[in-house]
Amino acid sequence: MTVFLLRRLLQAVGVVLAMSLLVFLGVYAIGDPVEILISPEADQIERERAVKALGLDLPLWQQYLVFLGRALQGDLGRSFVFNEPALRLILQRMPATLELAFGATIVALLIGLPLGLYAGLRPKSALSQGIMAGSILGFSLPTFWVGLMLIMVFAVQLGWLPSTGRGETVEVLGMRWSFLTRDGLAHMAMPALNLALFKISLVIRLTRAGVRETMLMDYVKFARAKGLSPARVTFVHVFKNILIPVVTVVGLEFGGTIAFSVVTESVFAWPGMGKLIIDSINVLDRPVMVAYLMIIVLLFITINLVVDITYSVLDPRVRLEGKA
Amino acid sequence: MAACLLAGGAAAQTLTMGVGAPVTSLDPHYHQLSPNTAVAHMIFGGLTMTDSHARVVAGLAESWRAVDETTWEFRLRPGVRFHNGGEFTAEDVAFTFQRVPNVPNSPSSYAIYTRPIRQVEIVDPLTLRLRTAAPYPLMPTDLASVMILDRETHAQATTEGFNAGPMAVGTGPFRMVSHRNGDRIEFERNEAYWGTKPHWQRVTYRMITNDAARTAALLAGDVEVIDQVPTSDLAKLRADQRLTLAEVTGLRLIFLSLDHSRAENSPQVADNEGRPIQQNPLKDVRVRRALSIAIDRAAITERIMEGSAIPSGQFLPEGAFGYLPGLAAPRADAEAAKKLLAEAGFPNGFRLTLSGPNDRYPNDARIIQAIGQMWTRAGIRTTVEAQPWTSFVARAARQDLSAFLIGWGTSSGEASNPLRNLVASFDRDKGYGASNRGRYSNPEVDRLIDRAMQELDDAKREELLRQASRVAFEDVGIIPLHIQKNAWAMRRGLVMDARADELTRAQDVRPAAPR
Repeated sequence: MTVFLLRRLLQAVGVVLAMSLLVFLGVYAIGDPVEILISPEADQIERERAVKALGLDLPLWQQYLVFLGRALQGDLGRSFVFNEPALRLILQRMPATLELAFGATIVALLIGLPLGLYAGLRPKSALSQGIMAGSILGFSLPTFWVGLMLIMVFAVQLGWLPSTGRGETVEVLGMRWSFLTRDGLAHMAMPALNLALFKISLVIRLTRAGVRETMLMDYVKFARAKGLSPARVTFVHVFKNILIPVVTVVGLEFGGTIAFSVVTESVFAWPGMGKLIIDSINVLDRPVMVAYLMIIVLLFITINLVVDITYSVLDPRVRLEGKA
Repeated sequence: MAACLLAGGAAAQTLTMGVGAPVTSLDPHYHQLSPNTAVAHMIFGGLTMTDSHARVVAGLAESWRAVDETTWEFRLRPGVRFHNGGEFTAEDVAFTFQRVPNVPNSPSSYAIYTRPIRQVEIVDPLTLRLRTAAPYPLMPTDLASVMILDRETHAQATTEGFNAGPMAVGTGPFRMVSHRNGDRIEFERNEAYWGTKPHWQRVTYRMITNDAARTAALLAGDVEVIDQVPTSDLAKLRADQRLTLAEVTGLRLIFLSLDHSRAENSPQVADNEGRPIQQNPLKDVRVRRALSIAIDRAAITERIMEGSAIPSGQFLPEGAFGYLPGLAAPRADAEAAKKLLAEAGFPNGFRLTLSGPNDRYPNDARIIQAIGQMWTRAGIRTTVEAQPWTSFVARAARQDLSAFLIGWGTSSGEASNPLRNLVASFDRDKGYGASNRGRYSNPEVDRLIDRAMQELDDAKREELLRQASRVAFEDVGIIPLHIQKNAWAMRRGLVMDARADELTRAQDVRPAAPR
């Protein structure tokens, strides 16, 4: 087991290193940050000073080594634009993105599960057909457009919800959260729904497929034959079993939700990581871009590592293959 | 009764603004960028200021004069206090000039404005003499960009300290209350402000970068003023009974830059069979003139810009310092353009690539598409290449492009600024031509600019600047297209002193006088 763990950890470190090089090279291949950041009125001397101040006068390999050296000490560089540690900037914005992603996931389950269940139990009814047709829209409509439509309807026409921004926040554990205030929740409703749209459709389809499959199983037939009430059959025997694939997929999708939030955050002016990264790309704030990508890389590697280890605990065959 | 009304008004003295460009720093000396300048104008103050038409007016200095060729004397406003109660004196000015070039990691420093100052002499607490190495007529203009800090408060101030709040202390009309990076800044009125106090007791400055979302926030009533109104929304917002617009002709010129750097083999020029042309045709003034008059500027401003720009044949709009009366935008004439091309030895034209950004200026990509068609009609087969600003500007700066569209905002509002930056020969030692990406060079223009920059007499200097502009435009150093109008939209019942320099500041908004 220890050998297996060590091997996996070494591999993870190798992947992080390789990714850091790729990310660094990729980000540094785009444009010239000084041209973007500097005042147009700056003269040549001032431009040279800025190049030096941002550390862009060094050859690329040296810049990479400087970056790597600092990264090993937990410093992912300072933002060119804000003159603050890139890591801190991203972590400051992380709660906003996380609560939006969690909100979207909850919305997706709350809406997707009942609808999917209904569509699975009564596949022939007109309502089920409508739900399935609607889920196609959820997959195919661009979130950008849906977001603007939501704003136009609920904020501009009806005036029920605030159009953009994060609203009131409460500080808990040193981070600002919106979901604890009424105003914050009102601000969160539309972006969370917008971000959830794709997931709602996914959950509906997964649930429906699961229900239809499970309904034909022998144990369901047996339960019905035993004379259990339809509600008990549905919620205890069917529902519990279809939850496993749904939860697995939604969990795996979580990373994707954080990545997709870029579009939603920019439409709703939601000050999360996605908006930060878009703003940073627009001004070529390289340290923030690199730090963001590295955090995402680390996130995925960690998830994979945990999954691998869990598998090896659950399934001895994985460990045995490792030994062979 | 009057007291009641006043009290009622006081309750409503809050303003929420939605701005399109994010404020990146509250340190007024860290990153020179329009949104930062706008916020700096709310919190801090300079010795001089510019009014909405970019004319220099008194700020923390009441008056100034050139004592001799190389000495400027500024008399400071007495009784001004910083937000924390600290008194404003000449010491603070001297301290500020020291801090400006020494802000760590600054990606775009304000040192260009303080560099001409060789020595600061404090005559008395309210009198200051600035000595320069050579005559420097632009001192009062430049100092409008330098925000004065407090020596006692800011001696150890870091950029992070400003962004976090405690250091954001100035002499301006508003105090900073809170700042959430990339999201919003909240202000309250500085009741001890030395000038006209703004109407608003509290101001929320929200950053909504998405154009459609910003417009929607205004329509939904979440914000009361928005800037950078997209040209395609102007007609709709104008027709909306609940809203009103504030517009002004700006100081941003959109122009085409041509490759002057190569006598031969310009990279994106070819003959009609696609073979490289040895001689760079863009070096021939007849070709440049043909390119300029082949463009129908009125069509661009009316149809593509939907009226939110005016055709221009020079750097600045009418009324600005150095504006050339009588130099109108060239009239479109495709036939004359063809004749000029034939005279220059290209009766059948040639091939050219016209580049430009697609995310920087209003309708930028559509403008170059239109010009591509106009040029092709005049016999120059034009390929149009629009790309994101981040990659475009790096290529333009490397002289990779033969012809491209770009803009220039003359924040100082006077002609020496575009002359020095756009058409003066690229010269590191003088600091001229830094944005002359086409590398146009004309000794006559250089000579006139040099003379103007030594001339302290405003009338004489303006005449020299006009001459320099005339020479540069007769030689078609750059091809001017149009000057943008700046537009703000706001709730009906508000008025705004719309600024030519595009800054969105709360002190410029107030309720309309009751009728």
